Amino acid sequence: MLYARLILMRLLKAIVVLLLIIVFNFVLIQLAPGDPAAILAGEAGASDEQFLQQLRERFGLDQPLYVQLWEYVSGIATLDFGYSYRQQMPVLDLILERLPATLLLTGTAFVLSLGLGILAGAMAAKRAKRVSGSVIMAIALLFYATPLFWVALMAVVLFSVYLDWLPAYGMFTVGAELTGWAHVLDVAKHLILPATTLGLFFMAIYTRMTRAPMLDAAQQDFVKTARAKGLKSGVIQRRHILRNALLPIITLAGLQAGQMVGGAILTETVFAWPGIGRLMYEALMQRDYNLLLGIFFFSAALVILFNIVTDLVYRLADPRIKEAT
Amino acid sequence: MSFFARFARNRGALAGLIILGLIMLMAALAPILFPESPWRMVQRPFLAPFEVDGFWLGTDTMGRNVAAGLMHGAWVSLLIGLVSTAVALVIGVPLGAVAGYHGGLIDDALMRFTEFFQTIPNFALAIVLVAIMQPSVTSIVVAIALVSWPPVARLVRAEFLSLRHREYVEAARLIGQSNTTIILRQILPNTLSPIIVLASLMVATAILLESALSFLGLGDPNVMSWGYMIGAARTVIRQAWWLSFFPGLAILLTVLALNLVGEGLDDALNPRLTRKRHQESAT
Repeated sequence: MLYARLILMRLLKAIVVLLLIIVFNFVLIQLAPGDPAAILAGEAGASDEQFLQQLRERFGLDQPLYVQLWEYVSGIATLDFGYSYRQQMPVLDLILERLPATLLLTGTAFVLSLGLGILAGAMAAKRAKRVSGSVIMAIALLFYATPLFWVALMAVVLFSVYLDWLPAYGMFTVGAELTGWAHVLDVAKHLILPATTLGLFFMAIYTRMTRAPMLDAAQQDFVKTARAKGLKSGVIQRRHILRNALLPIITLAGLQAGQMVGGAILTETVFAWPGIGRLMYEALMQRDYNLLLGIFFFSAALVILFNIVTDLVYRLADPRIKEAT
Repeated sequence: MSFFARFARNRGALAGLIILGLIMLMAALAPILFPESPWRMVQRPFLAPFEVDGFWLGTDTMGRNVAAGLMHGAWVSLLIGLVSTAVALVIGVPLGAVAGYHGGLIDDALMRFTEFFQTIPNFALAIVLVAIMQPSVTSIVVAIALVSWPPVARLVRAEFLSLRHREYVEAARLIGQSNTTIILRQILPNTLSPIIVLASLMVATAILLESALSFLGLGDPNVMSWGYMIGAARTVIRQAWWLSFFPGLAILLTVLALNLVGEGLDDALNPRLTRKRHQESAT
């Protein structure tokens, strides 16, 4: 009952944010130098005048601005994102076709980076006074400072070109026509490099985020009590310290989701991973603004979805939080 | 202990400062050592490092001098990092100050606005902004500033919230100072240290963002940048990995140095907080 209300509230908030993003997109099209019709058509300058006139009529570009805004918003509200004249397909179809690949990539990278990041951070907190703890934090700082796309390229050089262990491009072997488990294995092999390189940066963030709250939690009275009870230090680390430190980590992890979607644009570009990030790069190269704005909208929606999910997980992890919103 | 002594006690920060100094030197010497445009084709393409005298890092796919590009790129990276951070501060500080000082409805409205910008995926927004405004140094600076001000606003707001009922603020109010004067002359100077620390870290993030944008082909077509060099060499990575390697290393070192300097500034500017943190980590 409580959850239903909560989800409803969050969805309402999400709708408001998405509406604002649609308006924002509309303003961007208006601000762009040149003819909005040309922008919608994905043409830079020289283009068929008759075609542009058709577009102007179709999108009501000869109407006053507020009518145009209404048309634009209600269009997207009915899931009409327009047409990509470059790819000769509706924008929505293009995006939906590519969405599963992005979800697979970001989902894997998210789980991987969160798991390994928390593990590394917990180890660094436990060894705070030792060299090994400092080494973990130094490595985390190094990954944090490394450009995502560069790590990806270097991974291609090392693991695909030089060692020839893993495939460098695409999501599956073209022409192999694999089915069943063989196909799953093939995709998994293609997934390793993109998911790892995307995850490294976030792993560094989660490592840094885990250490501080764990050190804080280790100061609490209940830890002293547990120690006085004679519990083993491993049990205290896992069940008393980590569990309490986990809550702020989950919140921050949700906030990082937006960056993960952004990072996927770079990773997918390097690895030719057929997701919406790669699609965004293609739209960028072809100056296909309608498609670009559609993907922008979807990536924002994805972030909001991530946030709602982490919010729910947070509440499952800590039953003390009842109705904070 | 003096400010610099406190800063230098953090050895990582000192190392960061030295690296940063070297990169600034690179940027400053670029027009002297390589007075020609880094876009000029000067030798046969695909020269490996040290293959020909005078071309320590070889040439790229078009026969341009990689070392020249690297040094000119240092200037662009630092410039865009600094200016976009400054613009982000100009947006974020007043917003956070007003929200934190006044509280209530104004705070609510401003924070919702900030939250909205935080929800939008940063990098995607930057891409869309630069693509629509057309790539140029100005549009890149504007885009990076627009995606990076929200943390500033949140930080300044939190500081103002905690300081606005301090006695010296109440005293200033009592003697009839205006809100603007109190914000600018009484509270703001007391929030400077965390802002400086955050700003140094933001310069690092801005440099990463700029490199990612130019990697995707959204760099200013008139200036040479590290991200562009990596992006242009991407398709030939199998034949000439060094073309992507060195500019990436330059980005890595710059961002690392800025992060180390930021941590050092944090130690030096907030000594009480740091000491507390060290005690905590020691027990």
